[in-house]
Amino acid sequence: MTTATLAPKRRDLKTERPQRSQRRRGTSPYPLWFHIPAGVFFLVLFIIPTAASFYFSLTRWTLFDVEFIGLDNFVQFFREPALVRGFTNTFIYAFLTSAAKVVLGLMLAILLTSQIIARGFLRSVVFFPVLVSTVGIGVTFTVLLDPFDGMVNQLLGMVGIAGPGWLTDPNLALYTVAFVDVWKGVGLATLIYIAGIVAIPQEYFEAAKVDGASAWHNFRFIILPLARPATVTVVILSLIGGLRSFDLIWSMTGGGPGFTSDVIASVIYKQYQAGFFGLSTAGNVVLFLVVAAIILPLSYWLNRKGSES
Amino acid sequence: MGNAQPRRLALGAVGVVGALALAGCSGGGDAADGGELSIYIDSNPSSIALWDGLVAGYAEVNPDVTIEVETHPAGGEGDNLIKTRLSTGDMNDMFWYNSGSLLMALGPDKQLVSLSDEEWAADLDDNFVQAVSTEEGLYGVPVGASFAGAMVYNKDIYAELGLEVPTTWDEFMANAEAVTDAGLVGVVQSFGDAWTSQVPVLGDFFNVTADNPDWADEYTAGEAKFVDEPAVAGFQHLQDIHDAGVLNEDFASATYDDAVRMLAEGEAAHYPMLTGNVAEALGANYPDADASIGVFPIPGADSASNGLTVWMPNGVYVPKTTEGEQLEATKEFLTWLATPESCAIQADSTTLGGPFVVAGCELPDNAPALVHDMQAYFDEGRTSLALEFLSAIKGPSLEQITVEVGSGIRSADDGAALYDQDVVKQAQQLGLDW
Repeated sequence: MTTATLAPKRRDLKTERPQRSQRRRGTSPYPLWFHIPAGVFFLVLFIIPTAASFYFSLTRWTLFDVEFIGLDNFVQFFREPALVRGFTNTFIYAFLTSAAKVVLGLMLAILLTSQIIARGFLRSVVFFPVLVSTVGIGVTFTVLLDPFDGMVNQLLGMVGIAGPGWLTDPNLALYTVAFVDVWKGVGLATLIYIAGIVAIPQEYFEAAKVDGASAWHNFRFIILPLARPATVTVVILSLIGGLRSFDLIWSMTGGGPGFTSDVIASVIYKQYQAGFFGLSTAGNVVLFLVVAAIILPLSYWLNRKGSES
Repeated sequence: MGNAQPRRLALGAVGVVGALALAGCSGGGDAADGGELSIYIDSNPSSIALWDGLVAGYAEVNPDVTIEVETHPAGGEGDNLIKTRLSTGDMNDMFWYNSGSLLMALGPDKQLVSLSDEEWAADLDDNFVQAVSTEEGLYGVPVGASFAGAMVYNKDIYAELGLEVPTTWDEFMANAEAVTDAGLVGVVQSFGDAWTSQVPVLGDFFNVTADNPDWADEYTAGEAKFVDEPAVAGFQHLQDIHDAGVLNEDFASATYDDAVRMLAEGEAAHYPMLTGNVAEALGANYPDADASIGVFPIPGADSASNGLTVWMPNGVYVPKTTEGEQLEATKEFLTWLATPESCAIQADSTTLGGPFVVAGCELPDNAPALVHDMQAYFDEGRTSLALEFLSAIKGPSLEQITVEVGSGIRSADDGAALYDQDVVKQAQQLGLDW
């Protein structure tokens, strides 16, 4: 309906004033001056800092003076002993949290769109952790997960289990933080899935019912394919979040014990803290490129597959 | 009504931008008002207590001048705030900051007013002069006392078990094991606060210089390495303590406060720590334990060379942006800071962790017992400055490496080699050609 009414109108405009629309190539309905404020804002706050960061990544920068040293920072950054570990941990963390958020988010969304008591309240309960400050959550869980005085291990102790050092065992620390990240972030994934599932027209379910479909069939052949845009959104958002995650890890382990739960962002932050501003800027440029190199093809692939089906 | 909201928002935004612009200009330049000075210090409670005391003391001597104290977070974040203020010309009239390599990282020749010609310069301890000077001048006046990186121990446990203060590492390990066998904690470590893990390496530096007096220069030149003897011993000690099983069971999560509590309450016998910090914590929380706590240097291989690794107090520095009347008033205040009168106020305001570094400033009678233990080493000249005062090169990841070595995640040799790689970054940042 809407497209039908809009289309003739536009054609009318074009035929009435062909010269003006040709000059503007017929794309933008706004004059140039209308774009200037946003353009200036974008230039000053985004383009210039981005360009500056590419420049500073090629310098030795102490805040007092800047010396151009070519690609030395990048060479040094790739020599960083914690780098391999940092990248490995970043990928483990990003894929783990992202996968867990997809699975748990979908399960919770199905639960919270079904006919259960106090649905609205339960939906908000799932969403609450998203609203709390990440650092606050990090500090709280650090206290709860203390190997000796923490509530978690004391409860485990009551039933005769000696809980591990959740954040102090080098083999466990990263996974513990990832678990807390999932707890905190799953509410957002659930919300996106709820919106996706609610948007599925009831007709499909009714038709499936007539055909005698089971609950599993409903899930497999209606919800899963039709909630696909929601899945794409959740995967991409949580993967980007996971790849550049920093605040939770920093507040819970500081990358420790030692370097065992370092991710790229914390490696870069430590360089910044040490006053190696050029080096850490180079690290951020690398991080930017890595995130872009993963997300762009993934997003293209997911969206293309979406439009094919 | 519908339109009012956006406009009010816009006005608010203009107000905020205006306020930011004003704030940007005000930092360092109130030169017209000579009656008011401002100083930038870190926000540790003990630092604030110390400066509250000094500000009140100066107000009695010189009521015309009021001193405003502004604080910044301690640690790396504070370092960056100081650098940012200096580089944008927004620094307060003076600031109180580390001496040694952290001061050198600020580029004092370009940023600070030289104080070499002040009268009090001659009264300063040579070690302190070295820690705040470049070839072009002397930049700071000390506020606070020196301290040592050493083994703090519980004398009651020593008396009970009939132990003697060790002078070699092997004797020390034997003592630690004896304590553990008696059911107490031989050595307490607190990797919950990662910085505390560095003391066994940094505090071992007396033993390194005893073995090779030129080590610091060779290290700055890129020749001496931590992976070789004698410097690797510090890392080896960390591994020894872990492997011998004398540590507290919660070493990985215990915090600095936990460790001091265990030491003060007689649960643990040894804690490798900075005496200044321990004295403060004892003074604030466990005044009754004062007489039970002593200190001895981290022992090396040879009992003949046994001495303390010493840190210098922070200095007060004046940025070049302080000029005219403001500079005169500031210098007057600095002169007062280097008097015995100011030292007495400092001793009252905090708990000392070592002797003062200004001539004429004596230790008060109520100084903590562990400071008296240290005095003997100072009197006999058995002290060495810590490496950070002799070389500008300190790697940023030392605390992570020492946590790994001290927790058995990484071997001592491996850790020392990794630290050698880490310091290369600092050398590059300083523009040294290694």
